[in-house]
Formats: sequence, structure tokens, C-alpha cells
Amino acid sequence: MSPLSRREFVAAGVAAGAGLVIGFYLPHGSSSNKESFSPNAYLRITPDSKVTIVVARSEMGQGVRTALPMILAEELEADWKQIEIEQAGASTMFGDQTTGGSASIRTTWDPMRKAGAIAREMLISAAALTWNVPRSGCTAESGHIKHAASSRSLTYGELVNKASTLPIPSDVPLKQSKDYKIVGQRLARVDSPAKVKGEAVFGIDFRLPGMKFAVLSRCPVIGGKVSAFDDKESKKIAGVSYVGKISDSAVAVVADSVWGAMEGRRVLNVTWDEGANKDLNTAAVVASLKQAVARKGASLYSAGDPTKAGGRKISAEYSLPFMAHAPMEPGNCTAHYQGAKCEMWIPTQVPQDCRDSVATAIGLDPDQVKVNVTLMGGGFGRRLEHDYAIEAALVSKAINGPVKVVWTREDDMRFSTYRPASLHQLSASLDGSGSVAGLTHRIIAPSISGQKGQPTPNNVDPDLPDEAGPVYGIPNYSVEYVMSETPVPLGWMRSVYALQAAFALESFIDELAAAAGKDPLKYRLQLLAKDQDLAYFSTTWHTARMRGVLQLAAEKSGWDKPLPAGRYRGVACFGCFASYMAEVVEISMEGDKPQVHRVVAVVDCGQVVNPAILEQQIQGGIVYGLGNALRAKITIEKGRVVQGNFDDYAPLRMEETPTVEVYAVPSAETPTGIGEPSVPPVAPALCNAIFAATKKRIRALPVLS
Amino acid sequence: MADITLRVNGSEKKVSVSPETPLLWVLRDTLDLTGTKFGCGAGLCGACTVHVEGNPIRSCSTPVSQVAGKNVTTIEGLGASGLHVLQQAWIAEEVPQCGYCQTGQIMSAAALLAKTPNPTDDQITQAMNGNLCRCGTYERIRKAIHRAAGNGGAR
Repeated sequence: MSPLSRREFVAAGVAAGAGLVIGFYLPHGSSSNKESFSPNAYLRITPDSKVTIVVARSEMGQGVRTALPMILAEELEADWKQIEIEQAGASTMFGDQTTGGSASIRTTWDPMRKAGAIAREMLISAAALTWNVPRSGCTAESGHIKHAASSRSLTYGELVNKASTLPIPSDVPLKQSKDYKIVGQRLARVDSPAKVKGEAVFGIDFRLPGMKFAVLSRCPVIGGKVSAFDDKESKKIAGVSYVGKISDSAVAVVADSVWGAMEGRRVLNVTWDEGANKDLNTAAVVASLKQAVARKGASLYSAGDPTKAGGRKISAEYSLPFMAHAPMEPGNCTAHYQGAKCEMWIPTQVPQDCRDSVATAIGLDPDQVKVNVTLMGGGFGRRLEHDYAIEAALVSKAINGPVKVVWTREDDMRFSTYRPASLHQLSASLDGSGSVAGLTHRIIAPSISGQKGQPTPNNVDPDLPDEAGPVYGIPNYSVEYVMSETPVPLGWMRSVYALQAAFALESFIDELAAAAGKDPLKYRLQLLAKDQDLAYFSTTWHTARMRGVLQLAAEKSGWDKPLPAGRYRGVACFGCFASYMAEVVEISMEGDKPQVHRVVAVVDCGQVVNPAILEQQIQGGIVYGLGNALRAKITIEKGRVVQGNFDDYAPLRMEETPTVEVYAVPSAETPTGIGEPSVPPVAPALCNAIFAATKKRIRALPVLS
Repeated sequence: MADITLRVNGSEKKVSVSPETPLLWVLRDTLDLTGTKFGCGAGLCGACTVHVEGNPIRSCSTPVSQVAGKNVTTIEGLGASGLHVLQQAWIAEEVPQCGYCQTGQIMSAAALLAKTPNPTDDQITQAMNGNLCRCGTYERIRKAIHRAAGNGGAR
């Protein structure tokens, strides 16, 4: 995730009559039409003082359309009520536009601040020139430049023409966090009114004149292909206008309505070449993980030498299954192929990858493919894939007209890309006081990027540097990764490998505390007692910050106070995407099933941009994580994914949802991730609470199998 | 194909579709009312909830022929004049994240308040348990329903 490059950022251009434009870069050939320039800038101010802020990340519920503009508006000293939001499509202007890795705030914090500050400084200069007064006497405030000495004031709109003629400063002052007026406020999300009225246009809602709908019949066996198909019955269905093979593994049915296409597919007769995986099952997948155990791992983190640590030896093995993202809005994409160009409307986390992949698939150049980013009904990583975009482009090309491909829930469940199943070997040496003298964590899992043919330098999946860092300053500590292989399609699912790593590590730490006869929270605090900086790839983890979230979680959960009869607690802490998180889960047992009543969640993610959105993200992550922990399990039989809908892959419902209290450690540090860090500690904290209640240690997810 | 007449949000609509077509797809693809969402197609998630004669039903699993001649209310028809008290409460409690399931959630909640103006927590859970939300907004939904109930509930 590369932030906006310097070159692109300073390549600001000014279009006559359009007001002040910052960060707007005129690509070759587009300067001839100055009235309708592409909205590729972060910021546009028009003479009517309307401030348009362009969001170059995708909105999937995490609040970027509100939070990112807040950052720019803060530096601009804008009047938030005058802000309008514009969604960027795939562009060459904004660097990597991937929305993932809890990175939107992290990677746009600097560019958005600078974009606002540059505009502010230019507006101040414009006012100073207009009034013929020194700049130092002018201030920016709520959409105006003011000159206190003469009590004069001009709106930003009144200054844009002048400001547009000025040179763009390269070095501008940025505000101190103590002076923030917008950042840190609980501003209402800009998209809520449309969403509660049913007016918000998600990908599946987008319409084009004359647009057809398509559903695809895909080979149910992983890696299988179409052998032959008979469309006689499909073509009898009212509204079905086309049936055709659009790729090696799929036949498309096109109709006037989604229902017509679904009916056409229901009666379509396809013969499959099931291929090499026709006998694949879950047992074989687990066996391949076990076989990989013997391989030498790649070192992710190493301190001292755990093999030389003496004392009492404890070891345990943990395992996790494949899981599916299952966002509420099933996969869909609208494509309009028109010979020398193709326009797409995609609910996607990767507009640029969709543009490039679609271009390759239909034989166009990337700049002949225009990708518009729609609202998304959840993403959770599923929309980091471009599969449904390619399908839509191929169908549109096949029928030579606009079409929307819609996936059913069963399609989403059975043709997803899954969180990798994994195995974890943990071993520790406890010293005389019961503290951890040495610890080894071996993570055995297939590589998501590796399976997709992307680089895995030094045999390390490139996601692990964000997701499997050391938590504790244990003197002899080794984290290893053993890359295994699987034919099951893999994808990046919310918190990616952090969920597996945290479940194994934080359950094991609980085992060690129990073995040492210590309180599990105090045991962790002891492991974090010394201030240490733990270097892990490009992140440095500070034990003091982890200790801070754990202490606050202890305080807010009332860890030292007795619980009512029948209630039990578990704790876990973890760091990923550069944020620190601690969670205390409070449960009771109803037979073998835990009922979670309360979760106290504490985060240290640096400067909080919008506390209300932060709370939503953490509450949501915990509900998502609980669903993962309790029931999420994708299994394979005869090469096919077994689960199909929300009955056999059942997310959390209201009756199972606890109260989640969210606390953020006050901080002015650069913001870090928030979309994912709340997910990993949930499962271990829950299982540690179950251990407190039952003395039964859960070493394999899901809890309810 | 059959000609079927139904009353949607107070207006009479004649559609010509196969009688077994689920109401969901008639609303979305024939009548262009896309506020009602497709989530599972099997009555498991509640994203497609609309009211038929005031009762919440899953439009993905209801053949359009079953609602011929009946009054159907969708999210687009919920707030006859401006925002329904529940929609206001949803905004005030910052319920929506991705927002995809929320129209179905609001329709379920509106049916609850129409019959039970001051629901208990248990009554809310019972009424809302069939509506899934993958963003995990359940506790805010609960708060918003209480807030709306306190502000007159079933307006």
C-alpha cells in the first residue's frame, strides 16, 4: 500500500474557471476540455464556496467517506457543512487505491493533511494580496480568511480565482493535534441518511438503460472446467436472451431480470470436467498442513534462543479452519463493453486491479477500461478479488451490451476465496517463577499471495509483517512461518493471518498462566512489565503501549472485582496493522454453549480521527470475530465447498450479541489501523473465558462444531 | 407470465411476470425499488423485509402471486412525510456501517413498533433476530429502537 507519490501530489494543475484545484494532475490529452475535467484531485473549491473532497478509497462501511475528508477539512479550516464528497474511480492520481490492511487512514493521513494545508496557505496568500496586507495578519477559519486588524473577511469562494493564479507551496505547516477542531470529533457519517432511506446505491442497485442481468453456472469442483452444456430448457425461461460459455469454468445465463437469469441457470444442464480435485476433502487439507510441520520455517521474529531456555516445558497445538467473508451484499458487477472501451461499476476494494485485470481479460489497454467504485454492502476482504469484475466484462463483451452479473448467496459461499486453514505449534519454557523464559510459535499455513502467484520474499507471505508480530518482550522468542500449499482458493479476510496467530498465541499464554498458577491478566502485564521496543519488519512494537491497553482493559472491565455467580472472564491482547488492542470477554455457560454478555475493548491506534466511527469499527469487528470464533467453518467434500447459505454458515445474530464497550487510549501519535485490530483478540479471549468457566481448553476453532 | 396487480407504497402497480417470481425481484427489477435488498434468497437474513398488509415478510421467499391485490410497503414508502421516527433514530444512534442490511432491519423494527410501541429488550431480540448484519450493528439497532419508541414509536 504505497501512499500517494510525491511526484503525483505536487503535480497540481489549475483549470480555468474551475476554481482552485489541489492535487489535480492533468493526464495527457485531457487539458482540451477544461469544463469537464476528471475528478482526480483531492480537493476542488468553486466560487460558490462549495468544497468538494475526493475520496480515493472505497466505502464498505468503515467510514472512509467521512473520516478521510475530515482530515483534509481540518487542515483547510473548512466549514464542514460546505463539504461535498466525491468518490474516485480507478485512477493514476492517488497511488495505490487498494482499500485493505486497515490502511486508509494510515496511508492518506499525510497526503490529505498536506492537500488541505496547501489550499489553506494559498487562500491566505490570495487574501493578503487582495487586501495588500502581510500574510501574517491573515487567518483561516471556518471557510473564511480573516484579517483581524481591519475586521475584513472573505469566503473561500471569493478567493479561488486569485488563489488559482498563485504558485503552489511545497512546504506547508501542519496543525498540532491540540488545535484540531474537526479531527477527533464525533461527526455524523455523511452517508447515513441515504442508507436509512434506501436511496444509497450499492453495486447491486446500479442500473444502466437496457441493462441485462446475468448469473453464472460455475464448476462446483475447485479447479474444474466446463465440458459441455445444454441450454434448451434455459432458453424456454421467459426473459432469457443468452446462454454461453464465457470462460473455461463458467457458463453465463443472461435475462431481463435477476430472477429470470436464476431460473435459466436452475434448468441449465452443464457437464463438468471435474479435474484433479474431485476427491479433495477437508481431511486431506488438514493432512497436508500436518505434513508441512516437518519443514523448516522462515523466521518472522527472533530474540535470543528458545532452544536454550531452561525450565519447565509446555507445548500445545492449535488449529483453525477455512472461513468465508460472507458480506451482506453478494458479489456483483455492472459492465458496459463498447468495442474500444469498457465502463465498469464495481463494488470493489481494488479498482486499479479490476481495471488492469479486466483489460487483460477482454483484450483492451488499461486506459480503455473505466472503473467506477460503488458503495459496498460490506467487504471484509472479499472484494479484494477481481473475479466478478472479469466475469461481468466477459459477459458484456459476449452480448455486446450492458449487463450486471449477480452472485447468489450460494455462489458467494461456494466460490469465495477463503481465510487459510492453519496449524500452530507452540512451546514454552517457564522459569522458576513461572514466567516465560522462552517461547516458540510456528505458524503453518498456505500463503494467500503465494497461491495467487505474487511474490513471497524469503518464503514469507507478505501479509505476515502486518499481522503476526511479537506481543511480549520474552527474552528467547521465535516466531516462524511454514508455507504450506492447498488447492482451496485463498483470500484476505478481515484481520487476515492475525486472527490465527492471536488465537494460538493468546490461548497459549493463558495456558502458561494457568500452569504457573497466575492470574492471566497479571501474568500478561508481567510479561510486558519492562519497556521494550520490538522490531518486527517495518513496525516497532512497544511493550509500553501494549501494557497501556491491557491496564486500561483491566480497569474498565473491573478485572479485580468479583463477578456474579455463573459469570466468567477471559482476556487477550494483540497487535496488528500497527495498533494495540486488549479485550476482556465476559460469559456464562448454557450447557456447552457460551453466551457472551459483555466485551470491554481497548485500543491504542494513535490519533483518533472520528471516535464514533472508531466505536463502530471495534464493535463490528468484535461481532464479526465472535461469529468467526463460534461457528465459522468452511469444509470441502468431493472437491466442493459444503456450506451454502446462512443456515450452515451462520453469522452472529442479535440474540448472541454482547454489549461492547470501547475505549481508546488518548494519543497524538500518527494514526494506525482500526478496521481489523479488534477481530483477532476475540476468539482467544472467549476461549480463555470458557477455560475459566469449564477448565476445558479449546485448541481448535470453531468453538461450536 | 401473468398480469398481477398489487398496491406498492399506496400506488396501484400492474406487473406482467411469472406468478412464482419472488416479490423481491418484482420490486427491484420490475418496479425499480432497489431499497429492498437481496441477501440470501432463502429467508435467512431479512435484508429483503417489506410489509404486506402491515406484517413483515421476506420478499425473497414470497411469490408475487401471493401478494396480488394486497398492500405492500417498502422502505421507500415507510416515511410518508419525511423520515420515519425509526430512520431518525437510526441516524441519531449512528447505526449504519455498510448500510446494506439496514433497510430490512428498519422494516422489521417498524413492524415491531406498530404492534408493540414500547418493546422490551427481549421483544426487540425476538423481532430482530431474523435480520443479519455482518457489520455487527445489533446493539445500535437495539438502542435506536428504544430511542424511536421513546419518541412516539409507531408514527
